[in-house]
Amino acid sequence: MADFINFYFIPGLLLGSIYALGAIGITMTFVILRFANFAHGESMTLGVYFAWSLVQITGWHPLVVMPIAMILTVLYALSIDRLFYKPLRNAPVVMLVVASFGLMLMTRSVIQFFWGVQLKSVLPGIQKPILVMDYLRISPKHMMIMASALVLMFAVHYLLTYTKIGKAMRAMSDSPELAKLTGIDTEKVVVATWVVGAALACAAGVFLAIDTHVETRMGFKLLLPMFAAAILGGVGRPYGALVGGLIIGLAEEISSYPFIGTEPLLNPGYKAGVAFAIMIGILIWRPSGLFKGKVF
Amino acid sequence: MSVIELQSVYGGYGDTEILHGVSLKVDPGEIVVVIGPNGAGKSTAMKSVFGLLSLTKGQVLLDGEDITNTPPEKVVRKGVCYVPQTENIFPSLTVEENLEMGAYVREDDFKPRLNEIYELFPPLAEKRKQSAGTLSGGQRQMVAMGKALMLEPRILLLDEPTAGLSPKFRGEIFSIVKKINSIGTPILMVEQNAKQALSIADHGYVLVDGQNKFFGSGQDLLDDPEVAEMFLGGGKAVPEASV
Ligand SMILES: Nc1ncnc2c1ncn2[C@@H]1O[C@H](COP(=O)(O)OP(=O)(O)OP(=O)(O)O)[C@@H](O)[C@H]1O
Ligand SMILES: [Mg+2]
Repeated sequence: MADFINFYFIPGLLLGSIYALGAIGITMTFVILRFANFAHGESMTLGVYFAWSLVQITGWHPLVVMPIAMILTVLYALSIDRLFYKPLRNAPVVMLVVASFGLMLMTRSVIQFFWGVQLKSVLPGIQKPILVMDYLRISPKHMMIMASALVLMFAVHYLLTYTKIGKAMRAMSDSPELAKLTGIDTEKVVVATWVVGAALACAAGVFLAIDTHVETRMGFKLLLPMFAAAILGGVGRPYGALVGGLIIGLAEEISSYPFIGTEPLLNPGYKAGVAFAIMIGILIWRPSGLFKGKVF
Repeated sequence: MSVIELQSVYGGYGDTEILHGVSLKVDPGEIVVVIGPNGAGKSTAMKSVFGLLSLTKGQVLLDGEDITNTPPEKVVRKGVCYVPQTENIFPSLTVEENLEMGAYVREDDFKPRLNEIYELFPPLAEKRKQSAGTLSGGQRQMVAMGKALMLEPRILLLDEPTAGLSPKFRGEIFSIVKKINSIGTPILMVEQNAKQALSIADHGYVLVDGQNKFFGSGQDLLDDPEVAEMFLGGGKAVPEASV
């Protein structure tokens, strides 16, 4: 049991929180800007490199410089919107998707050009896990990640339930047409969507970087599970993305627990396939996801 | 001067022209009802007021001001509120959040207005924290109308507010429409339940194939044998008292 919690459940929760935060941007862009944003993973990667550079400059802990990295990532996302997506606001959806695909490749190349392709670390050194209640072991960095993720999730919840712009975001994800007829400033909602999406993507990336390392394809690798989380939760449903992310993260980790005998149930090499399988299953049997999202 | 006036408007979706010279007007304090067969262009005429399609000819005037082809978000700010035929609430938002969104463009405190709306629609007050998507059809329609009224509009446009409702709710919606109107809001309403609608209307228009076919006071249209046969099912009009 202790093994299950220490080596499967907690890592699953950790990975799940990362997916969850990343998926919020995907799901909101999907419904408010009407396209699947393939460049979302790249916002994440870029955010991580901002954080890495800030750590090099200041020598502070990555979680301390993270807010600045988040702001920089937001500025990046907003300028991309202004330059590339805004002129295409009323264009066919496929053009937006293709544009985001192009931006994904461009952004990654720019990152590789400036920061190089070798692995980096935002938090060097190995940390010893601390023992809680004799058998629960959790490393301080994991605790910090979980705590920060929780804070961000509550911030998102606060924004969506108690602020005018947050409610307008939910309204627009219910029905963009009605939002317009109601006089909701849809451009402002679009901006808010980029701000929230990019800031959370950066944070999720930094959490992953603290847990593992920094690498130019890290965001891209998260794209599939983040889409799976968004679809599982229901497209356009931010709370769905949170729940979906946690489920996908847990499912990926727990899938290799030796439930039967001593062999892992699923070879860890197939972990990535779990998210994919869940996504396909949902698309076939319940395309509106857990929280009754949009079906395209 | 009319609150809203369409002067011989032409327009449609893409290259398909739906309205071929529709004219109608709503004077201060009036309830004006538009009836006509399915696909006649009634909803399209409503949308033309709201800048939802581009008009190729003709004018839309709001209190004499030309608002032809003004985009919807600007039309709202001018105090025109529109309840579309379908998708007229935000289902995942609570009743209260829907009403708040209705007040989105207001800069002053909307709380007093919120309470007025709850007085007008008592069932909504009870369900204010419930998500609007879980309500019954009649209550959803109340949310949609309440949301539009949050702005204290100069005119309210309603597209088939009683579509799909039970007779009980239908009567309730019609009496609310009358009440809203009696407090001073002019109303332009498209309706399928033509008899009941015309019986509360000051004026009525019959649209057929994107053109004006008949025009008259509500009572005149109810009494007109041709209109009665074509659109009122031939039966006798519903007495006003039952509305
Ligand atoms: N968004 C749209 N794009 C293209 N054509 C449309 C659109 N909406 C309606 N039409 C067409 O315009 C015509 C008029 O439609 P409209 O909705 O105005 O009719 P209506 O009188 O409101 O009918 P109903 O009583 O069914 O609501 C119909 O032929 C319809 O198919
Ligand atoms: Mg219609």
